[in-house]
Amino acid sequence: MSTRRFMAVVLCAALINHASADEAPNLGKPVDAATLANIDYTILPDGDGLPVGSGTARQGAEVFQQHCVACHGEGGSGGVNDALVGGQGSLASDSPRKTVGSYWPYATTVFDYIRRAMPIQAPGTLTTDEIYSVTAYILFMNGIVAEDAALTADTLPQVTMPNRDGFIWDYKP
Amino acid sequence: MKDDRLDAVAGNGLLDRRLFLRGGLAGGTLLLATAANGVEREKWMKAPGAPMDELGEPSVHEAHVKRTSVRSSPGTTGTGVSFTPHEHLDGIITPSRLHFERHHNGIPDVDPAQHRLIIHGLVERPLSFDLDALARYPKVSRINFLECSGNSGACLAPEPVQAPLSAIHGLVAASEWGGVPLAVLLDEVGVKPTAKWIVADGADAPLMSRSVPLDKAMDDAIVALYQNGERLRPSNGYPMRLFLPGWEGNMSVKWLRTIKVTDQPAMTKDETSKYSDLQSDGSARLFTYPMGVKSVITSPSHGMSLGPAGIYQVSGIAWSGSGRIVRVDVSVDGGRSWAEAALDSHVLPKSLTRFRSAWRWDGSPSVIMSRAIDEQGNVQPTRQKILENRSSGFFYHYNGIQAWQVAAGGEVTHVYA
Repeated sequence: MSTRRFMAVVLCAALINHASADEAPNLGKPVDAATLANIDYTILPDGDGLPVGSGTARQGAEVFQQHCVACHGEGGSGGVNDALVGGQGSLASDSPRKTVGSYWPYATTVFDYIRRAMPIQAPGTLTTDEIYSVTAYILFMNGIVAEDAALTADTLPQVTMPNRDGFIWDYKP
Repeated sequence: MKDDRLDAVAGNGLLDRRLFLRGGLAGGTLLLATAANGVEREKWMKAPGAPMDELGEPSVHEAHVKRTSVRSSPGTTGTGVSFTPHEHLDGIITPSRLHFERHHNGIPDVDPAQHRLIIHGLVERPLSFDLDALARYPKVSRINFLECSGNSGACLAPEPVQAPLSAIHGLVAASEWGGVPLAVLLDEVGVKPTAKWIVADGADAPLMSRSVPLDKAMDDAIVALYQNGERLRPSNGYPMRLFLPGWEGNMSVKWLRTIKVTDQPAMTKDETSKYSDLQSDGSARLFTYPMGVKSVITSPSHGMSLGPAGIYQVSGIAWSGSGRIVRVDVSVDGGRSWAEAALDSHVLPKSLTRFRSAWRWDGSPSVIMSRAIDEQGNVQPTRQKILENRSSGFFYHYNGIQAWQVAAGGEVTHVYA
């Protein structure tokens, strides 16, 4: 056993001795299913957590023009904030362009981030169908999905992003 | 008697670190002249002073000591950064009001009476904890640094950025963080055997979200309620934040609202598209968690000016996300020779450590730099070494050696060396 590992074990033992669950006051209150459904935003790359809904790129174009174009530019080409489109094939070049299309490894992340945080002045105001559709529009502009392909909780996790295998994990639990 | 501590221990006049281990120099070389004879009083000694006050504010003469380079993304007010002014600070504790900020859509005004921390997912029993409940749990406190992994990214610019130290290295700070070990709360909810990760969400407008390996959550993670003895300030996550000692700051989710226990990372926007490091071959490194061993000389640093030739203190901060700092070397001749600096007495794991060297500057142009080594044997790399495999799109996790140029006139500027 390495010194580091040994110290980790000693520290864990110390922590457990200091404040084990047995000594803790156990003041957590049960959470009902309705509350859980309301606070659970987590969406995993396999699609776990995606809500029921549907949207196509054709529908999403209007959502994009209304809520996104001011910061992200016409066609997602970038403006005062990040470009969302383009850059595929550029990552190994001298001028890499990191966009949703060129860099992001999972399509679920696009839906997840929009649902949490966008539009920046009014997060939480888009409907689930609007989020699916604007996600589809961003992916369509990157050449990843067809214009009339319906994205749903079933189909979104099946989308393979161009840079899906471009990442090396520095840390593996 | 000759004081051998005044003999140079490295090139260009670097002096023995024992100067700071055994008190000052003999003969009052570094001391101010004796005060006036006492017949005449200064004006502030001729009348009663100001009364007591409920909140102690800094001296009006220190009003210039502020967070610097406060800026937000275009069209937003709270999506940006502010930097800790280390060029004005000493010691290892950062005053809470000067702790750097990085927010993703402003600082929420969380009502502590309504706020709950809910832990759910792969657990036996999802549970909700309010602030009153958490206040009754066994608590720990530790002095740890917190560093944004974008700190020092300015050093990747092709030419040295001529800006104060804080604008380059001000996204690190150290505090005493107090709170409830997350392991205690995870034990209470009962983590299922298939669990490997947790996903933490904040109660801010973008529900900032990061995945954290379960082994870190069970090791030294805390749900922090206190910073430097007082409740967290809003800009640091009031009323509660996740705190992960030594790991990139973005993971210590502020305004902590939910923790979902999972068997995989959520691959959130920040952990994939932002805080990852593109390599020159087009691949990118993901989940680079412990912050690398690092140091920087805070005084003298950019924008300062030395006076006449003579003895000066070279002082700075060193830290590592992998444990204690065991040694800091200082060079005043551009890295040709080095000597070990003195470390202040508080050398704590995953904390800032203050180092000091004495330098007899002869008035000639000089390049000064520091190099830290941690207890795992990690040595702070040169800038050149870091750039070897990095793409021009690389920005985060920079921990290269920082150099400052002292001109013949004493002016200090940023230089690559």
